[in-house]
This record gives sequence, structure tokens and C-alpha cells, in this order.
Amino acid sequence: MYPIIEITALSKKYKDAEMYSLQNLTLSINEGEIYGLLGPNGAGKTTLISMLCGLIKPTSGSFTIHQLSYASNAFEIKKIIGVVPQEYALYPTLTARENLLYFGSMYGLKSKNLKDAVTDSLKLLGLMKFADKKIETFSGGMKRRVNLIAGILHQPKVLFLDEPTVGVDVQSKNAIIDYLKLLNTKGTTIIYTSHHLSEAQDFCSNIAILDRGQIYAQGTPSRLISEVPDARNLEDVFISLTGKELRDDI
Amino acid sequence: MIYKLLMSVYKEFLLLRRDIGGLVILFVMPLVLIITVTLIQDSTFRKVSDAKIPILFVDEDQGKVAASVLENLEKSNYFSVLTKMDGKPITEAIAQEAVFKGQYQMAIIIPSHLSADLQVKIEHNVEKILGSFGLSDTLKKGVLKDPITQKEVKLYFDPAVQPSFKNAVMSSIDKMIAQIESKSIYTAFQDQLGDEASSSFEQKSFITFKEIMPRANDKDIVPNSVQHNVPAWSLFAIFFIVIPLSINIVKEKTQGTFVRLRTNPVSNAIVLGGKTISYLIICMIQFYMMIAVAIFLFPHLGLPALNVDGNIFLLSIVALFAGFAAIGFGILLGTVAKTQEQSAPFGATSVIILAALGGVWVPVFAMPKVMQFFARISPMNWGLNAFYDVFLRNVGILDILPKLGLLFLFFVITISIALMYEKKKRTV
Repeated sequence: MYPIIEITALSKKYKDAEMYSLQNLTLSINEGEIYGLLGPNGAGKTTLISMLCGLIKPTSGSFTIHQLSYASNAFEIKKIIGVVPQEYALYPTLTARENLLYFGSMYGLKSKNLKDAVTDSLKLLGLMKFADKKIETFSGGMKRRVNLIAGILHQPKVLFLDEPTVGVDVQSKNAIIDYLKLLNTKGTTIIYTSHHLSEAQDFCSNIAILDRGQIYAQGTPSRLISEVPDARNLEDVFISLTGKELRDDI
Repeated sequence: MIYKLLMSVYKEFLLLRRDIGGLVILFVMPLVLIITVTLIQDSTFRKVSDAKIPILFVDEDQGKVAASVLENLEKSNYFSVLTKMDGKPITEAIAQEAVFKGQYQMAIIIPSHLSADLQVKIEHNVEKILGSFGLSDTLKKGVLKDPITQKEVKLYFDPAVQPSFKNAVMSSIDKMIAQIESKSIYTAFQDQLGDEASSSFEQKSFITFKEIMPRANDKDIVPNSVQHNVPAWSLFAIFFIVIPLSINIVKEKTQGTFVRLRTNPVSNAIVLGGKTISYLIICMIQFYMMIAVAIFLFPHLGLPALNVDGNIFLLSIVALFAGFAAIGFGILLGTVAKTQEQSAPFGATSVIILAALGGVWVPVFAMPKVMQFFARISPMNWGLNAFYDVFLRNVGILDILPKLGLLFLFFVITISIALMYEKKKRTV
């Protein structure tokens, strides 16, 4: 296994902010991993993913994805990554199929390949009979599944997921997790943020716990649990590392 | 890249097709606008309007001059003259009150003894002139009495009346009075000189004027309300695309699709290119619909039909470039605005300001100097002048090329600012 993402001393300080959102972060993620980025609100998870997706620029430091850097290979990187944002990020008045055909085409998929990829994904996530219904008529769980498909139609090497199961029912959550596991077995490296710690414990092969822009701990879920005295699960580890203090002011 | 662009255009049309309200705004409202405005403004272009303006006429003179003014006013076809209210003659006080309350737009008060005093004054002047030529023995009996004070015809206007209307009315009444006065002078000369002079005075104006129109295909290009209004309001409607376009972009940002697209291997230029092409097509459809209405529907509404003889290609080019300018502005506004509450009112207001600056309502030459400067840098003015060049001045493509260039430059500048703003935002 080789490191598909290498992050070196990455920092981000937003304009007019007093503190760094991400400070001197160094991290390596191997190909084929399901890597969980966990942390309380304001820990820097979304900032890190936003930089890795090319949405915002770092203040300092660097990173590579599949040995490519954004400075010179932004377009190539965007071809091999998939992004599933926390918002639904779909056109509400278009049907699921129309949305997927459009976003798939933006990844360079065409004609039969595109249509097949859309149909196969809709089938796998149980949405085939709703393919020609408008997104605005969908439940939260259905929208989440379409949102996921829109980021993986081109079978990316690296998939970034920002809280992909937030606000969905158990059935939709299971469907999404199962599908992600299937993708992972086909070779997609997954970087995932979530507040569902039990889900992350079961789903992730490796985890980093972030707080105040820094990594507090990283390793496999079982190793992290074993390293914290009296911890029975990932939630205990999380509280032990980040504290019980509310983060509403961050 | 072409495929991505085509898919972007297709997506924009799908989005529009699902937005019935948006479609109505885009295609029906410009037609309603152009029909309404042209019907309203048509009367200002016609010499004879169906609707006459009721005015009050107070005759304190009871002589020839008042009768002549009344006759001329009634013949003018602009006014319906009222000399009585509730069966009683109108006094100055009644007229003043009615006009200042806005019940009537105007009142004319002919002062007492105007005819008699005018006659005495003229005969006195004529006698003096003829006397200086040694013709005193041919004169009839002298009429010189005490000096006569100057007479005033009073005009009352409703305070809500537009200054342009006031000026036009005052100017035509002034002309009418001057004609009556000069006619009286001729008559006085004739009276003083006796019968032998009756055939020697030609009372018709020696100097007349003739308006020379531009010509095309051996025909005069006669401007009418439609030729003036269709280009102006078509341009206004084209620029209103700023509102739906900016809302479209703000929606993309708020629903997260814009962020998703930024993570896709597609450049912002392709995304904006898709919007530009689709909204340009909409602009052109709007334009052709307005032209079609002006050609085929207007005659059924009692308006002159729009004459596009051989100009449709040039008109299409102007509409296309005006569309570019409007789209550039819409994209910039949508990029900078954070919410629809920002983009929609700002878009609507700024289009109205641009239209005012461009000369859609008031001609640029009639504006104050400082506003004329702003008019010269207004894209709506470039577009309007290019339309007038084609419609009314019968020029070729080379003559409108500078204006088209400016419209396209405006598009390039606004798009560049939008792209730079977007890029800068990524470095937050």
C-alpha cells in the first residue's frame, strides 16, 4: 500500500480569524483505506477536506493526491477524486437521472458509459423507480443517496465524504454504508468525516481525531480505544481527548 | 470540453423548463411591457390623438382675440375646451381652484379688453409708421389715446403636469397669440391704407420649414412610436435577463451545486459559458418575439407595424451583443450577491438606472452634462444607439461596429471581474 494522500505541515488561517483553523497538520493516508476524520464542531475537518478538494487554498504547507499537487495538476486531481458534500448539492427541480447525467458529464463521462453508470448506481442504491422523479419530491434519505451517487459516478480513486449519513433514516444509512464498502473493495480510498462515532468505529480502517486544527490521535479504531484507559468505544476516546466543553463559540 | 458545455446548456434549459413562473417572466412580461409602453407612448407621436386634454377657457375679453384663440384651440385637436361649468361661465377663481386641485390640467385666462386694447395699440403703431413716411394725409382718423398697458394671457397648470407638456403648450399658445397679433397688424395697415392695399398684403408666412428624412430604398424613413419604442423597450427587456440569471447563480451557490461543480474537472469558464449560451438564446427568442409582436400584432391594436425592411440581420446582431452585455452584468451580480434578496432588487433597480442613463426615457442630449457623461459609458446607451442606427439612421454594420465592440467589451470585463472575484474567494 502506498500513501495516496500526503499532507505536509498544512495550515489554514481564514481572513480576519484570530486562530488557525488548521495548524501545521501532517498526515499520510494509504491507498484503499477508509479514513475517518473525527472531531467536534470547528475542529478543522471541513477545512481540511475543502483544501484537499481544491475549494480553498492553504495558508501554508502542501499536500499531494496520487502524487499530484494542486499547484500544477488541479485538473488531473479533480478527475480522480470524488466529493460528496454535506449539503445535498443537487438541482431540486431536476429529476434524479437528470442531475446524475449532468454531474456525470462534468466528470467527462459520455453517452452509454454515462447512462449505464447512472442506471447501475440508482439500482444499487434502491432508487431506480424514482429515477425520473424530481429531487424536490425526495425524502432526506433519498436525497443523500443521490448526493452520494453524484460524487462517485466516475469511480474515483479518492472519495471525500463530509458527513454522508447526517439526518437520514437507518435504512438509508445502511444502504449508503454498504455501497461505500463496496466502492472501497473496488479500490476507492475513502476519506470520511462524521459525528456518528459508532458508525465511524465500524466503518473506518483508520481514524484521526482532530481538535482546534490539530491531530490529537490517529490509528485504527481498536488501537485508539486500547490506548485510552477505561475507554469502551470510540466515543469514550473522543471525549477523553477533546473534553466535554461545548464548542458553540468556535 | 464541448460536450461539457453542451450538457451545461441543456441543464440550464431543463431548469428553465421546470420554472413556469420564470418562463412567464422571461417571455410574457417583455411582450406585455412592449405592448403597454408603445400603446401609451403612441399618442405623443401622433399629431391627432384620440384622447383630447380637457382645458378651461376663461373669456374676460369677449372680443375677436379671445374668439380667435378659442377657435384655434378647438381646431388644434389636442384639447377639448370648456368655457362653462355647471351651465355657468367659468371665472378665473373657479378655473384656478379646479386646476390647482388637479381636476383639469390647464386653464387659459384671456384678460378683459384684450381685443380692443390690441386694436388701439396696433393702429397707433401703424399710424406712427405711416406718418414717418409722409403718408399722414392718406391716413384715416387718428386713434392715439392714453398709453396702453401690456396685456397678459394667464395660464394655470396642474402642479402634477410634466414640464415638457407645459413647455409644449406654452410654446404653441405663444405662437397662436403671435399669429393673431401679426394678422391684426396687417389688417390695421390695410384699414389705414384703404382699399388699394387690400390685395398687396400676402398674409401667409414667407419662411416655412421642411423636415428632411433619411431615405432608404428611395423612401423616407419616417420615425413613429413603434420605431422608437420597440428598440428601446426590447433593449430594456433584454437587460432584465440580469434578474433571473443572477438569481440562478445565487441559487446554485445556496443549494451547493456550485461548490460541487468546483470540485469537478470542469472550469468555471465552462459553467459560466453554459449559462451565457443558454441565456443568449433566451435573449434572442425574447427579441424575435418582441419583433414579431411589433410586426404582426401592433397593426391590430391600432399601432403602426414595425418596419424591419432588410434590417433583421443587423438588428439580430445588435440584440446579440446587447444580450452579451446584459449576461455579463447578470453573471457578475450573481457572483457577488450572497442571497436572492440582494440580487433581485439590485438587479431590477440597476437595470432601471441603466435604462434611464441609456436614454430609454429621456434623450441623452436633454440630460445635464454630468449625466450625459454617464450615459456615454452606459451599455444600454450603446445598445440603444446601435438599434436607432439600424432602425432610424439606416447605417451599415461598419457604423455600428464600435458600439457592438463596447457591448462585448462590457461583457468581457464583467465576466473577468466575476471570475477574479470567484478565484479570490477561494483564497479566504
